[in-house]
Parts: sequence; C-alpha cells; structure tokens
Amino acid sequence: MSTPAIPAQSPAPATTPAAAPADAPRSRTAARIEELRAAGRPALVGYLPVGFPTPERSIEAVKAMVDAGVDVVELGIPYTDPVMDGPVIQRAAEQALAAGTRVADVFRVVRAVTEHAPHVPVLVMTYWNPVLRYGVDAFARDLAAAGGAGLITPDLVPDEGAEWIAAADAHGLDKVFLVAPSSTTERLRLTAAASRGFVYAASTMGVTGVRARVGDRAEQLVADTRAAGAPRVCVGLGVSNGEQAAQVGAFADGVIVGSAFVRPLLGDEPWERRLDAVRAVAADLAAGVARARAPHGGGAA
Amino acid sequence: MVRAAGRALLTARRAPDAADPDVPSSPLRPTDPRPHPRPTHRMEGKVPVPSTDPHATGSPTPVSDALSDTLAHQVLGEHPDDPVEAAATRLADQHGPYFGQFGGRFVPEALYAALDELETEYRKALDDPEFRAELARLHREYTGRPSPLTEVPRFARHAGGQRVFLKREDLNHTGSHKINNVLGQALLVKRMGKTRVIAETGAGQHGVATATAAALLDLECVVYMGEEDTRRQALNVARMRLLGAEVVPVQIGSRTLKDAINEALRDWVANVESTHYLLGTVTGPHPFPEMVREFHRIIGEEAREQVLERTGRLPDVVAACVGGGSNALGLFNAFLDDPDVALYGFEAGGEGVDSGRHAARFSGGAPGVLHGARSYLLQDADGQTLPSHSVSAGLDYPSVGPAHAWLHDLGRATYRPVTDDEAMEAFRLLCRTEGIIPAIESAHALAGAMQVGRELAAAGERDKVIVVNLSGRGDKDVATAARWFGLLETGEGPDADVDPLTTEGDL
Repeated sequence: MSTPAIPAQSPAPATTPAAAPADAPRSRTAARIEELRAAGRPALVGYLPVGFPTPERSIEAVKAMVDAGVDVVELGIPYTDPVMDGPVIQRAAEQALAAGTRVADVFRVVRAVTEHAPHVPVLVMTYWNPVLRYGVDAFARDLAAAGGAGLITPDLVPDEGAEWIAAADAHGLDKVFLVAPSSTTERLRLTAAASRGFVYAASTMGVTGVRARVGDRAEQLVADTRAAGAPRVCVGLGVSNGEQAAQVGAFADGVIVGSAFVRPLLGDEPWERRLDAVRAVAADLAAGVARARAPHGGGAA
Repeated sequence: MVRAAGRALLTARRAPDAADPDVPSSPLRPTDPRPHPRPTHRMEGKVPVPSTDPHATGSPTPVSDALSDTLAHQVLGEHPDDPVEAAATRLADQHGPYFGQFGGRFVPEALYAALDELETEYRKALDDPEFRAELARLHREYTGRPSPLTEVPRFARHAGGQRVFLKREDLNHTGSHKINNVLGQALLVKRMGKTRVIAETGAGQHGVATATAAALLDLECVVYMGEEDTRRQALNVARMRLLGAEVVPVQIGSRTLKDAINEALRDWVANVESTHYLLGTVTGPHPFPEMVREFHRIIGEEAREQVLERTGRLPDVVAACVGGGSNALGLFNAFLDDPDVALYGFEAGGEGVDSGRHAARFSGGAPGVLHGARSYLLQDADGQTLPSHSVSAGLDYPSVGPAHAWLHDLGRATYRPVTDDEAMEAFRLLCRTEGIIPAIESAHALAGAMQVGRELAAAGERDKVIVVNLSGRGDKDVATAARWFGLLETGEGPDADVDPLTTEGDL
C-alpha cells in the first residue's frame, strides 16, 4: 500500500520547494501499521526520551520496551522548554539535559534501537528549535542515515513546516503532525495532507501525562481526521494502561503511550528493577492492543 | 510606488553606523531639512482613510482618542499576500504573522483555533467605534492618559548637552506602560465571552497590571510566576492577591520568567475554550506581536504629537529599553516611517556580553524559535535556551519580539547592550538631577540615551532632541537600589534580604 501524495493545497510558501512529489517515498511506519492492521490490531507506539536517565541507559530502556511488545518507537529529544509536556516528561527531560545529553545523541540511540529491532520504525519527537539550530536538512539527512523513520513535531504545524516538509521528502522521512479536538475541519484536511506515516491525534485538550480516563472527544476526532483524508490516525495523551489501550485501540490505528513508560524510570530503585517495570507496562499495553481488535480493519482511506 | 521607494531607501540605509554602534561620529541618520516632516506615504486606494490624521502637523489631534485613527486603516481590505499592498504598507502597519523572516506561529495545533479566533476578534474590535471609545475612556479616566512628556535639562547635561524629553509611562495607573496592553486585551476577552485570564510575570509588573484589569472587568485571573520570584517578590505576590488573582509558583526548569511562560502555555492548551492568555509583551505566536504593538502604539502617537508641539519638529533620537520589547515598539512605531529619526533599543548587557551573564539577544544570540515566534534568541549550540541575566528582571528574557528582530536586520533601529553598572548609574543620576525614580528597566534606556547624546556631542552636535521612554516607575526597585548603593546598614530595613536580581518593570 503506497503512501498518499501531498495534494496541491500544501501550505508551502512559494519561496521554498514544493512539498511531496506524487511518488512520495514509502513510509516504513505506514507499512508497519498496515501490517498490524491486517493482523487485526492497532499499533502500540511507545515514547521515551533520549538520554534519560543517561544516554546509555536510555538505549537499554528503549530496547526493554521494544522487547516487551512496543511496535513503533517514539524517541524524544530533551529540550529546555517543553510546552506540550506534563510534569513527568518535563522531569525526565531535565534529568537528561543535566546528564549532558546532546541533540546528536539521538542518532546514536536511533541506530542502536534500529539494529536491535530492524522491524520497529523509530520516530523522533522533537520541539522545533533544536532541529532549526542543527540545520533542518542536515538533521533530516543524519536521521535518515541513522535509520530513523521520521519526526513528530509537537510545536510545528504544517503552516510553518515548509522547510521540514521539503527535507523530509528529500530524505524519505515520515512527517507526523498533530491534530487536536479544537482543530477545524479545514485544519484537519491540511494536517492530514501534510502528514506521512500517520496523524497524531491528541485525545484531549492538554499536555502529556497519565490520566484516569482518555478524553471522550478522541473517538470523534479520529473519525473526523479520517474523513479529512488521513489513512492512519494514532491517538496519544493520557493512555497509561492496557484497559485504556484496548478502549482507544478499538477506534484508532495506533495507541501512543509516553508518561506511563517514563514514570517507572524516574524512581530510585535499582536500574534492573526499573527496566522490569518498563517491561511490565509494555506487556500490559501490548495485551490491551491485542484485544482491541480494531473494527475498521479495512481502513478509512 | 512612492512608498515602495521609501521602503527601499530604509532598507538600503543599513548604514555602517547602524551595523557598528561603536562609531561615535554618526549616531544619526542624515538630517532631513524639512522642519515639519509630513509623512508622504499614507495608505491610499481601497483602504479607508480616517477623517482625522494624527500625523498631520499644525493641528494636533486630541491625544485622548486612545487608539489612533491610524488603527482603522490597517484592518480593512489589506491583503498582505498581495505584493502591491505589501510593498505599500508602512513599517508601522506591518501585519503579522511575519516580520521579515521573524514571527510566525510555532505552537501546538491545539492553540491554533484560539489564535485564529483572537486575530479575528482583535481585527474586528479595532474597527469597532464602540470598542475604541471604551478603551479610550479607560485610558483617559482609569489609566490617566495622555502621559506627560517631561523635559529634563539637569539630566541632559550628562547627555552631551542635548535636549532630553521623557515619555512618562511611569505615571500610568499601576506604574508602567503595561496597562495599555492589558486593558486592550481584557476588553477583547469580554468580547470573546471568555471568563478567565492567565498571565506570566517575571517578578510582578505585568502580573499586577493583569490582576488589576481582571478586577476591573470581573474576570478570573491566574498568574504564573517563577517560584524564586514569588518568594523574593513577596510584596508583588501580595499585591496580586489583594486584587483577587491566584498566583501560581512555577517549580520546573530554571524557575524564571521563561518557565512561567511555558506553564502559562500549558494551562492555555488545556483550558483554551474558557481562557485567554493575556501575554504581556510583543513576543509569542501571531497575533500577539502585532496586537500588543497596536495596544501600545498610543505611546508613540502621544509622544510624537507632544514633541512636535514643544519643539516644532520631530526628535533626532528615540530611545527605549528592550526586554520583550513592548514599550520600545509602542514608542518607535510612530517614528518608524520617519527615516530621519534614529531609533535606539537598549537591551540588558548584565555583567557584560563577554561575561555570558546578560540578556543581549542581538549581541549574544542568534535566530531561533521560542514561545511561538522566530526571533533572536540566547541559545547554545544544540538550540537549548540559555539562561539570561540582568539586574532588571523585566529585561531578563532570552528572546525578543520578532518586530525588533526585523527592525534590527533592516537596519531601521539600532540595538545595544547596557550593563547593570551603567543602568544603575543612570538610575542614580535621574533620581538626583530630576527627582524622578525610574524603573531599573527604564534606566537602561536612560543610560543608552546618555551614551548617544555624548557621541553626538563628540561629533560636534548640540541641542539634538532625544525622547526616552520612561516605561515604569522605580518604587518596586527601591530595595534593589538600596542594596546596590549601600544605602542601608546591614540588616536594616524590611527588604534587606531581597535579591537584587528579581525586580521587574518592563518585559
């Protein structure tokens, strides 16, 4: 199944190269999600920050998460001003920066995870300024060379993303933009058209964090985003256990979990115990998505 | 096309003196021989021309009309994408989202709809006579506008013998220019039917102004403030609480103003349907930089009229301090399209740009994205935000309004750092020569104006007219000044343990 092309209403200003050509590169993330859909379940997308608690240990933690059932990895680049993140991920980012984590460490972690699990696409979640500072095209080039699948950009909307869209297309990377319950139909269309891999639907109005219940508006948002042209929609914000994963996985193509993986790593128990806790969280979530049996197996596209 | 040519001239005037502020012989643009320059580049064609023209000389428009009529012409019928219109726009009327390569909307998608709504409502309001009349009434009856223009001859002796005038924003209700923007946005909140406002504050001034407007207009108010600042600026916290606001100490990151903004943004994402983020300066995502400029342009419009009335001509130099840059942009704006008026913005040089402890974004930063806008930014090689430093917390912010970045790159305004020492010396001087205690933020503008005045004198110029924005009063800084100058015995006075780094007047 090929990835849809970016239609002509792409927001790229005239000063930058046009967005994706009609034969946009194949998305590994899309292929993985389609494969799982064919097998009758949604994808489990697991987030951990690079360099938390240290660069080496972050590699171990991601490997543990993958081995216990995560299908797609989302690696966060720690940033000084993470406005879309709640307290758990803020604290992890602070620790990672204090441990001396550099932006370029992300490439090392991507490579290590990709070598460990070649079938698992590794996306990078980053605020925009670190990429801007590195150089947008250079970042895309180095990410592709490390085996990364693409970027999730929480504070970059397609309207401001012309440079990134061009670089992603040039280097065959996924562009995962976000939609929110407040997004208008017009913006859902724009975001669906600009994204490749999947569209990230924020389940609720708010920042990352563990919540007792996932927002009621998530299911409607997924339906609206599909109707706006997105072939794959994954849901994040607030999912923390297998029960929620099963519930969200019933209507989404993927379930994105962050704070629930980070939280057990923040403690001061022995490192192996913390890794065990991460495995346990992953296993619970994996069981949840396995029983979700997404009813829209054929896809909405 | 007259206008396009004028714009090209401005752009071309990226003269060596602008690029190198240390050249003392040419702090001014070439002198315009016209004694009463009349702007020739007024909008024409399909844009309605207001019936009164506050920029016309001879018969000044009453300054009591708070939002100048010039506001109306820019909100109607203009299409920034249209190259003809874009070329015709005066610098003073530049539309967002972009100021050259700066500005934009680098925000989570969740905020996009609210920013669109805000922009729509703000443009409608500016064109609504009722809104403008209500804001004008508040400026007049509540804030006490117009603020005076005060000539300060004894101080001017220390500025190379030029004529120095102060625009007295310190005399506004709540003690600074901040109230101009706060009242405008608070009226918008009522129009949008929202019931709750949130704000950031470094150490109190914008928070106090917001709490004031919230009390006046019956809005729920939450102010985010770095934890250290809430402890050290306990009196400002009490002030806000007296006014009915909730003050939330921010305990993450560097626990400074930038982290207070992060926390306000997080609140806004979660509560955007009921809540307006009452941002305090000309930064942030579009439409804030443009909108906050509009609410402060009254500063420059009054000053322009007052200085014409008093001296019969436009000033040679206009100076202001630049944190986020709202007081500077408000004053500069009325002179942007007068190429013969030299504009100077003074940022916090802290302990010196070479020390690394400063907030000099133009001298020590590089373009980047923070808090929704692309602008000059203090950042490390990885794009991580660097901590800023200044004796004045109101200037202690790692980025700057995108319009200033644009004016800097155009060469239309010159930005220089002023150190803590220089600012405190100017602070002392104004107290002693004129009986006016300025905010330490504003003292940066005074110190810069003294430098420029002396450079003019060194180049043989005398009696040049310099207008300085006295953006805030110094009552809040008395404890800091007492420590700085050793005015109290050790342990004397209630504020003896106040940290000198946490005052604020003007971001």
